[in-house]
Amino acid sequence: MKGTLKKFTGWILVLVLALVPLSACSNSGETNSSSEGSASKEETLDIFSWWTGAGEEDGLNALIDLFKEEYPDIEVENAAVAGGAGTNAKAVLASRMQGDDPPATFQVHGGSELNDGWVAADKMEALNDLYESEGWGDKFPEDLIDLVSKDGDIYSVPVNIHRGNVLWYNTSIFEENGVEPPATFDDFFAAADQLQEAGVTPLALGDKEPWTATHLFETALLGTLGADDYKKLFTGEMSFSDPKVKEAAENFKKMLSYVNEDHSSRNWQDASQLVADGEAAMNVMGDWAKGYFVNDLNLKVKEDFGWVATPGTDGMFMVITDTFGLPKGVSNPEDVKKFLSVLGSVEGQDAFNPLKGSIPARVDADLSNYDEYGKETIEDFKNASLAPSLAHGSAAPEGFVTKVNQAINIFVTQQDVDQFISSLEDASGDLK
Amino acid sequence: MKTETMINQSVKAVTTRKRRSLTKDHIIAIAFLIPSILLVGVFVYGFIGWTGYVSLSNWNSLVPDFSFVGLKNYIYLFSDFRFQADLRNTLFFTILFILVVIVVGQFLAILLDQKIQQESLFRNIFFFPMALSFVVTGVVWQWLLNPSTGVNLFLEKIGLDSKWYTDTTIFPAIGWGKIEFGIPIAMIAVVIAAVWQMTGFSVAMYLAGLRGVPEEVREAARMDGANEFQVYWKIIMPILRPITISVIIIMAHISLKIFDLIYAMTGPGANFVTDVPGVYMYETTFRGNYYANGAAIAVVMLLAVAIFIVPYLWSSRKGEA
Repeated sequence: MKGTLKKFTGWILVLVLALVPLSACSNSGETNSSSEGSASKEETLDIFSWWTGAGEEDGLNALIDLFKEEYPDIEVENAAVAGGAGTNAKAVLASRMQGDDPPATFQVHGGSELNDGWVAADKMEALNDLYESEGWGDKFPEDLIDLVSKDGDIYSVPVNIHRGNVLWYNTSIFEENGVEPPATFDDFFAAADQLQEAGVTPLALGDKEPWTATHLFETALLGTLGADDYKKLFTGEMSFSDPKVKEAAENFKKMLSYVNEDHSSRNWQDASQLVADGEAAMNVMGDWAKGYFVNDLNLKVKEDFGWVATPGTDGMFMVITDTFGLPKGVSNPEDVKKFLSVLGSVEGQDAFNPLKGSIPARVDADLSNYDEYGKETIEDFKNASLAPSLAHGSAAPEGFVTKVNQAINIFVTQQDVDQFISSLEDASGDLK
Repeated sequence: MKTETMINQSVKAVTTRKRRSLTKDHIIAIAFLIPSILLVGVFVYGFIGWTGYVSLSNWNSLVPDFSFVGLKNYIYLFSDFRFQADLRNTLFFTILFILVVIVVGQFLAILLDQKIQQESLFRNIFFFPMALSFVVTGVVWQWLLNPSTGVNLFLEKIGLDSKWYTDTTIFPAIGWGKIEFGIPIAMIAVVIAAVWQMTGFSVAMYLAGLRGVPEEVREAARMDGANEFQVYWKIIMPILRPITISVIIIMAHISLKIFDLIYAMTGPGANFVTDVPGVYMYETTFRGNYYANGAAIAVVMLLAVAIFIVPYLWSSRKGEA
């Protein structure tokens, strides 16, 4: 009896010894993190994005500097997460949002990524009062406001606009071969045949990350269907089994027959470089490619490279817009709104966009800050019909985009149009 | 106050019964182990259970939805083109990778065992790649094997048109489910990179094994008239069998859950010829927000690794008893 009692006390000792340090450290951990956490949440404004590349980081820093000038007593933290097209950042963001530890504000593409993602998950505050107090009602194009609104409420502030449907070409190759920039698919295929005969790779593609092939496909889709029908695909008014979609897939397939052989080992920069080096004639890519041409490769706008809208999309504008919103549950919403007001101001947009290589989301920005490409695109944007980008999450939920990327990855190799269409149809079950 | 007196009492209790079954050493050992047992219990086994639970739920968007759907996610997975391709790729990668690591590792270890000069230098050379991250290996080999650069320019000159990891051929391509079953040629490039990184480990293991074989055994064999080849083939190789098993188990769990090398080197590859469950899991969960599907892939990966690890743990436990 005595023995068992002693044994028992022995075990209690063990437990106490084990739990004391554990509880002690968990306590101290909690107090530390909570005191630091609340302090940092009250004072610092963490701005979450994936802008860590050359031009984009400069743009973001210029924006932050402008904010610091106006509000010197608000601490700002640039909480950017590196990684291709935001993949890593989005994973970090998802875990923070689900753990109820949202950043003060974060980068999110206008359209489905915002509306069907965070707004539908009830994680965002409406910003209607901010738009009213800043008088932004007529400062942003209406189509753009639609992209960041759901059920009549506005949920984020657009800072820039990228154009997705741009065909870049090497001017000297075009001149040497007497090729004119193509406007339609027929022009494009004629030009591509001519270039191929001359021994030049007509179209550069780098689909090591499948979104670039999706990007090419969405421009073919837009060029074949037109902006109205294109949008209907994602609202469910038009089915992916429509003959027009098949025609677009056929055009896409034919475009793929003109690409460089090593496309699956290249990324979009590598593909753009083929055009810059004169190894390929054309490249379909969003206008961040211009930033790459100008900033990284030191090419001259209009001299070394030119651009037109991708085949069949003249007068249409595949829009990709980066926006910032106000998550629910942040402790300093007023500070966040101050940041958003700078972000949405003319000064903010003109500090950011010339460096990033995009055009301002506001209609009244100062044109003199932008290069020839920027000026032309700002003009185009005013008159064009807008179409949301599929590859970049504006047109459809991320889940659908992932499935489309998979279908495209298979299609690029197997080139089976019917199977491709049927997998698109299957995936469209995920469109809400 | 209470705890203090309790501690005093039990300290006394402990000190007075030193030679009983529970010695002071035992108590200290257990006290130190309990925190890690608790942490492992929660953060390893607890989360394995949580992953399993999520994999049976309907959580396939940013909004958590824990309604029970049974094996729906698994059924979807096994009928999915991409996942079938992943299983094929993993099977092929694992077999080839382990085979080459063992054969090359053994071969190099036997060469090093010949009492050569500068042995430690060679040992280091073979072992150094282990110090790199798979991400670095992936990026470097991606450059080396890029069809339009490097060694390939030379190969092209002598008439070999190598496509390496951009090759989408499946050999011999027997139709199976939705995929073509066979050897994905592009995977060979990935195996080369993985072997380059991990062979040092098997060299070190085998070298240690060879050094553990007493000289008398070899001498005795030689006395009986065995030549050097027979000494290795008949005497030393059987002695090294436990090492081979260890190498297989360690390499198998690396190859079954490989992610970083492939993510950095090829990504999923055209037509998913170099895709593996790790990459699929990452993209499904963190790009597509299909949390339940991602969890199902993770569970399948865990089971695949368990097939190798559990019998090993079992046998080593028996060995101790």
